[in-house]
Amino acid sequence: MRDGESMAITSRLDHEARLTVVREAIAGVTDPEIPVLSVVDMGIISDVRIEGDHIIVDVTPTFVGCPALDVIRQDIRRAALETGETDVTVRFVYDPPWTSDRITEEGRRKLLKFGLAPPGQRCGEHQTPDLNQTPCPYCGSTETDLESLFGPTLCRSIHYCRTCLQSFEHFKAV
Amino acid sequence: MKRFEALDDLKGATRDAVVDLLYRLGDDDLIMGHRDSEWTGLAPILEGDIAFSSMAQDKMGHSQAYYQMLHALGEPDPDKLAFGRKARQFRCAALACLPNDRDWALCIIRQFLYDSAGMVRLTALCDSTLTPLGQLARKLRGEKKYHLLHGRSWILRIGHSTREAGEKLQAALDRSYPFALGLFEPTEADEPLVQAGIAPREDELRKQWESAVAPVLIDAGLRVPETAVAVTGGRSGRHPEALAELLKNMQMVYSLDPTAKW
Repeated sequence: MRDGESMAITSRLDHEARLTVVREAIAGVTDPEIPVLSVVDMGIISDVRIEGDHIIVDVTPTFVGCPALDVIRQDIRRAALETGETDVTVRFVYDPPWTSDRITEEGRRKLLKFGLAPPGQRCGEHQTPDLNQTPCPYCGSTETDLESLFGPTLCRSIHYCRTCLQSFEHFKAV
Repeated sequence: MKRFEALDDLKGATRDAVVDLLYRLGDDDLIMGHRDSEWTGLAPILEGDIAFSSMAQDKMGHSQAYYQMLHALGEPDPDKLAFGRKARQFRCAALACLPNDRDWALCIIRQFLYDSAGMVRLTALCDSTLTPLGQLARKLRGEKKYHLLHGRSWILRIGHSTREAGEKLQAALDRSYPFALGLFEPTEADEPLVQAGIAPREDELRKQWESAVAPVLIDAGLRVPETAVAVTGGRSGRHPEALAELLKNMQMVYSLDPTAKW
């Protein structure tokens, strides 16, 4: 094998290894408002790539006006820098637009365990979901009513379960 | 039709027209968002309070996204745009400037008329030849649908309750409708935007909006003010005095020291 080829292979392996390390580090970053959920569970990491010495992370925001975005950006950047990278940019992109369908299966399980009803599937963008009968995260009943379209954070609505007589919150489908 | 994949692809009159459009979109959402935020702590019921506070946060976020696009086109940064401009430099429609006057009927009707217009506009912008604007519109539309659900369910609830409630709602509709028509005030940017396939003509959007709001208003037992005449001027910086008062309040902290680092 010629030296040039061998160097190219080493550099490619190096490239892949760096990306894996950075991706793993980012997977440890959690949403400050829903601390059980990682940014990967949320489906907001749309791309991680290396351009020369430069690491670029594309993040597709859940809600455009979400006040947690700046914290998430800083946390992702810090996590990537802690792997030894020196040049990291975190960008917000709207392509593809985030919809709640991007929350992973693992993320949905974690939401349910946290007591937050996960969003319905495929009711993103502008279709209107049926918000009555949202399954209760505590007892699973669909005998529930929508109490308020808006809740304690931009992404939540408030519901009431007529079976177990408890209020609960729901991650809105967008 | 030619697509504009990046903001940098915009040149000349098309670029100027996009800047004008982004100011209108951003300023409407910022000022309307501020009016929504004035209900924080004051709405008649807790859910109303949370709803208007949340919609305020959404709208301010949306205005920030438009301002970031403006900044990428060489305009000042978002903070400067929101807090460093005088009333005549704003391009919002007069509907957003109307004071709340703690009038729930007025604010509910206005919210419904405004967000219906927003939905019509965002839906049209999804097909924009300006790719970054189309992408943003698709994203914002998903959030806007909750604002629309809020306005619609309140109007139907009030409209189907007591006679007095219905009369208050009708009075609020009669008062705000001409201002809502002003959201579609034609500007010189219309022609270049239409030619480039970036946005539809304002008249066209107005027609779509009228067909979207009328069935809900009628369902709530209201009469649509069909002969209303649009209150215009906002798109060229002529605003009611109420905007200057709003800005004085909103920009108070920033103007103490515009160079302060937060």
